[in-house]
Amino acid sequence: MTTVETNISRILLKEEIQDFLFREAELLDERNFEEWLDLLTDDIRYWMPMRRNVKANELDREFTREGQDINWFDEGKGTLDRRVRQILTGVHWAEEPLSRICHFVTNVQLLGAEPSITDPIEVSVKCRFLIYRNRVQTETDFLIGKREDTLRKVNEEWKISQRKIILDQNVLLAKNLTFFF
Amino acid sequence: MATARKPRSKSSNRNSLVDLESGVISREIFVNPEIYAQEQEQLFARAWLFIGHQSQISKPGDFFVSSMGEESVILCRDRQNEIHVFLNSCTHRGMKVCRYDEGNTPVFSCPYHGWSFATDGKLVGVPYFKDAYKETLDKSKWGLPEVAQVCNYKGSIWATWDKHAPSFAEYMGGFTTYLDFLLDTWDGAGGETEVFGGIEKWVIPCNWKFPAENFIGDRYHNISHRSVDMAGVGPSGVGRRDTTEREGATALDISFPERGHGTITFLRPDDKKTTSYQHSKIVSEYFAHCESERQKNYGKWARLLPGPSTVFPNMSYLPRQPRSIAVWNPRGANSHEAWRWFLIDKNAPPEVREFLRHYYITYSGPSGLTEQDDMENWNYAHNASQGVIARRHPYNYQMGLGFDGPPVVTDGLEMPGQIRNVTDAFAGEQNQRGFYQRWSEFMSAPDWDALATWRNGNGKSH
Repeated sequence: MTTVETNISRILLKEEIQDFLFREAELLDERNFEEWLDLLTDDIRYWMPMRRNVKANELDREFTREGQDINWFDEGKGTLDRRVRQILTGVHWAEEPLSRICHFVTNVQLLGAEPSITDPIEVSVKCRFLIYRNRVQTETDFLIGKREDTLRKVNEEWKISQRKIILDQNVLLAKNLTFFF
Repeated sequence: MATARKPRSKSSNRNSLVDLESGVISREIFVNPEIYAQEQEQLFARAWLFIGHQSQISKPGDFFVSSMGEESVILCRDRQNEIHVFLNSCTHRGMKVCRYDEGNTPVFSCPYHGWSFATDGKLVGVPYFKDAYKETLDKSKWGLPEVAQVCNYKGSIWATWDKHAPSFAEYMGGFTTYLDFLLDTWDGAGGETEVFGGIEKWVIPCNWKFPAENFIGDRYHNISHRSVDMAGVGPSGVGRRDTTEREGATALDISFPERGHGTITFLRPDDKKTTSYQHSKIVSEYFAHCESERQKNYGKWARLLPGPSTVFPNMSYLPRQPRSIAVWNPRGANSHEAWRWFLIDKNAPPEVREFLRHYYITYSGPSGLTEQDDMENWNYAHNASQGVIARRHPYNYQMGLGFDGPPVVTDGLEMPGQIRNVTDAFAGEQNQRGFYQRWSEFMSAPDWDALATWRNGNGKSH
């Protein structure tokens, strides 16, 4: 394959993945939570560490560790499914009435594709997110950070198999995390 | 409310805001910034406060930055292995000498002018000490301000700024009987407990007393948690806790009004040995083993199953499900910062550790399916209590007031505190009333001689 063909494949794949991420955000913002769950593989890992202020030479301790420490989120599909079911009960007061949420997904970078750019079954993608939440009357949160996702092709459809969420906050400035990143 | 701003006397202030005979409490004590400011002086500068856990500072030079009331403090183990708690503010010009959350250091060096403090808080380095101070500065007088008393109680570290405060043991009184269940290992054998890495810290827009009184004995808020009970976050896949161990137990509210502490506790029938966390093999075997050891180690006291509790003023804990400590740090009348530590037996097998870690995260804090709903309620309860009309209408704390609960059959267990059987009533508010009785005393008492009411023989429970 020529360099041009490889570049075209890369651009097309990035466009495809970006479309996927935008469509995912659309489902969340339109409160189609069950459809959103369908975008996750059954073995998904959904991880959002907490962040410490540490010395510059101790940056390996900045994040709480997946699978070992207390994290904001460190779970699989079963728990994510419970979160959705809780919202759908209609008596989850922290999301009843429902919040108004906008996900902005930007700075999308395709980090890798396996086994190849032209015929990928797994891709890793990094992006920035800005989540705006407004609820009840004036309560408003802005949550900004980075996301690193692994997407896997299942039955010709992309699904999310790993999501690492890096929130750029130390003390969480929102009273809760009732929404999805 | 005029009496809140300019009380005729301290006692009239107290009586008008906290009326425990009628069971009503003014909303002013939650929303009024002047009362909030008084709390900082009267309460947080005098009470014993929870700082952290010894496992967070296991080696010399280890530090953890904590909070006492509004103020940042450093919990540190010095080179001689002594534990210290000092104000995180340089004695020269006030800069925070430590802006890291935790770590290990030989010295705290101020980023502003470079004054340096050793791990015992002593001032050890001053730039231009010879040239500009002509060596006349008395360094021994300018160390970091240290708390008046510090206590390591079974691994939990506590401190007070008041040198006249009673010892931690006296401050707690008989309440340690209940606190021990949190701090001891699950089998009661006296092994080591540690905190998981990762202390949750988040902002809740309500007064700090909302969660403190919720944890002290609010059994009345099941409707808050209906959604999680329906979705099922509990370890056995249903509800939010595994309640099998409580079946057939007598439900007790236990208050220490002369000290302000309170706890929800269950008293199991003598022959009952069921335990929680029985849904997967390794985990259930571990907890069954712990339970049988617990019976041996605690004897008849193993009948007690502790529940949500608050140590006055702002340390709350869940001793079993999920085992954690919370501190409600005041941040203005209308907001507070919640900090959460999660405990685990050091020798727990990896499977148990993983099981509990997952349960802790999904139950507690801002991402916890259970507590998200608590925070929504506290947030908007506070929010709707700020107006002038709202402030004319006190909160109601009359549940169970004016009549006794059924007798408590303890079969010789001498349980400390004012005990109320709420098995048939389902709930009561004596613990909350005890909390606010103590709160009023702190707000009006001039000193610890007046606060140590139990020394006069007035205290009901020791």
